[in-house]
Amino acid sequence: MGINYVYPDYEVIRNIDRCIACRVCERQCANEVHHYDKELGKMTADESKCVNCHRCVSLCPTRALKIVKTDHTFKPNANWTGETINEVYRQAGTGGVLLSSMGNPKNYPIYWDKILINASQVTNPPIDPLREPMETRTFLGKKPLDIKRNADGCFDTNLPPQLELSVPIMFSAMSLGSISYNAHKSLAVAAEKLGIFYNTGEGGLHEDFYQYGKNTIVQIASGRFGVHKGYLNTGAAFEIKMGQGAKPGIGGHLPGTKIVGDISRTRMIPEGADAISPAPHHDIYSIEDLRQLVFSLKEATDYKKPVIVKIAAVHNVAAIASGIARSGADIISIDGYRGGTGAAPTRIRDSVGIPIELALASVDERLRQEGIRGNVSIVVGGSIRNSADIVKAIALGADAVYIGTSALLALGCHLCRSCHDGKCNWGIATQRPDLVKRLNPEIGAERLVNLVHAWEHEIKEMLGGMGINSIEALKGNRLMLRGIGLNQKELEILGIKHAGE
Amino acid sequence: MKRIYAREEWCLGCHLCEYNCAFANSGLDTMTKLKGIKINPRIQVEENDGIFYAVSCRHCEEPLCVKGCITGALSIKDGVIHINKEKCVGCFTCILSCPYGCIMPAETGVIQKCELCQTNSKGSPACVSGCPNRAIVFEEG
Repeated sequence: MGINYVYPDYEVIRNIDRCIACRVCERQCANEVHHYDKELGKMTADESKCVNCHRCVSLCPTRALKIVKTDHTFKPNANWTGETINEVYRQAGTGGVLLSSMGNPKNYPIYWDKILINASQVTNPPIDPLREPMETRTFLGKKPLDIKRNADGCFDTNLPPQLELSVPIMFSAMSLGSISYNAHKSLAVAAEKLGIFYNTGEGGLHEDFYQYGKNTIVQIASGRFGVHKGYLNTGAAFEIKMGQGAKPGIGGHLPGTKIVGDISRTRMIPEGADAISPAPHHDIYSIEDLRQLVFSLKEATDYKKPVIVKIAAVHNVAAIASGIARSGADIISIDGYRGGTGAAPTRIRDSVGIPIELALASVDERLRQEGIRGNVSIVVGGSIRNSADIVKAIALGADAVYIGTSALLALGCHLCRSCHDGKCNWGIATQRPDLVKRLNPEIGAERLVNLVHAWEHEIKEMLGGMGINSIEALKGNRLMLRGIGLNQKELEILGIKHAGE
Repeated sequence: MKRIYAREEWCLGCHLCEYNCAFANSGLDTMTKLKGIKINPRIQVEENDGIFYAVSCRHCEEPLCVKGCITGALSIKDGVIHINKEKCVGCFTCILSCPYGCIMPAETGVIQKCELCQTNSKGSPACVSGCPNRAIVFEEG
């Protein structure tokens, strides 16, 4: 109260005519918003605790609940918005860094929505994917520049290691710890069913999930949590995480309260100890250092598995990617500034990094100019929201995409952006056993498979419309794209023409 | 035959099944009309110390309730144990003999039990279709 009082952001609106006081909302809210008042004989709500996750709304059997943004207001001010003012109050009261979760929600341009896709008319007929074969399979890894023949005259078919994807989609790195066991299991099972890959994130691989190894990308991050020989040999590929789109330039911090039981064993750190990932890898201060880690990993696994280097999209991303392409890495993964996180300082999340669309276009262009595009595949992430984003990304030059937030949405996430509280009502970003069990991996995996299948159908329709019958033929095909409402500089960076040109 | 199975591992103890059961068997056209009514569902969530599971009639192959019924009100049809309320005299022998506690007195003075929603307008178990976490399933045993 008093000077520290901040009016709640949301209000719980209960339609008393519909509420039957079944108390489902009360039992399902880990934030303890709802309460059955025995004296009044009805449900009450303390909206100051509400994070707007919609768990109560979704489970209410009589649709008696909705959550609205409060219309309580400061004197309107385009510069000092209510959010900005409240943040100052909170920091003045606590002296702390503001924390946020999930991707950058600020009103920056979304370039995907300013790019349009082509379609065939008359002179180059479209293809009907329901009648004709359509190839969405793709391979990630270093591609040979020329065809070689063996001494007997046959083609040399020894390729550097490749990852085969049935669709150009993978699940982004989300560590066990930042998300729950059941969320991880859903991703693993779905990746196996779909013939794609999921990514362990930096938290190691739970022993129960070794069986999904051939669909697992194992990550090596600056904290090196859970990295050992068995881990490396189990994964289908390695990802060296240099940066993350949501928080470029800083490390990670999983609080000790989340390092319990399996999480502690998987990360190979004591229970209750904070898991702190340093901002840099302390053994990587140059491309040469990176090269050493790439080759130590390859050496440890007989050069049979591709190495991915993941970076955040930052200002010099093209030059950095050029260095990585020369480091021996097989795949570069770039994470845009809208990429999600389990927790990041708000100012970093909202102000650091660049859009993935621009980063992708400039990296692809730079690698082509330098004649090293074949050295690496490019995977992009950081807010791929639908199948059209994927088609646009591939036409801009990506080989595949990572989806993280979309995958979590499929698992039930309602983007309340409170992951850092550890009380995820949907059983995703939590380690509390009673909450974790709310995500049944049977349902989770099914929904992920549905999502990717739906997107695959849509990708095929869009490819067919362009008269293209394979993902490979779309790669880097920027003539299939046109910009709308973009200025000359933006078009130049994206390497596309304006609509009508 | 298909039976209802409770999966304790996934039960959240939200009690939605009880309300879906009560609504399915109420004959009401909207659940909102359960307002102010103390429900008496045929499925009940057992809970203790963070463990939950929903219990309803097991439709036993050799049911003690049917054996004990003094009027023939309980009968087995295609494996499902049905209650004929016209015949039931409310002696509650079945309630005493059911080892699972899945038969209970009804508001009408006789007993009630789960009939897999075959006798109400739902047609298939409402507790199963309404469970948010597949903690109650209807499948071949």
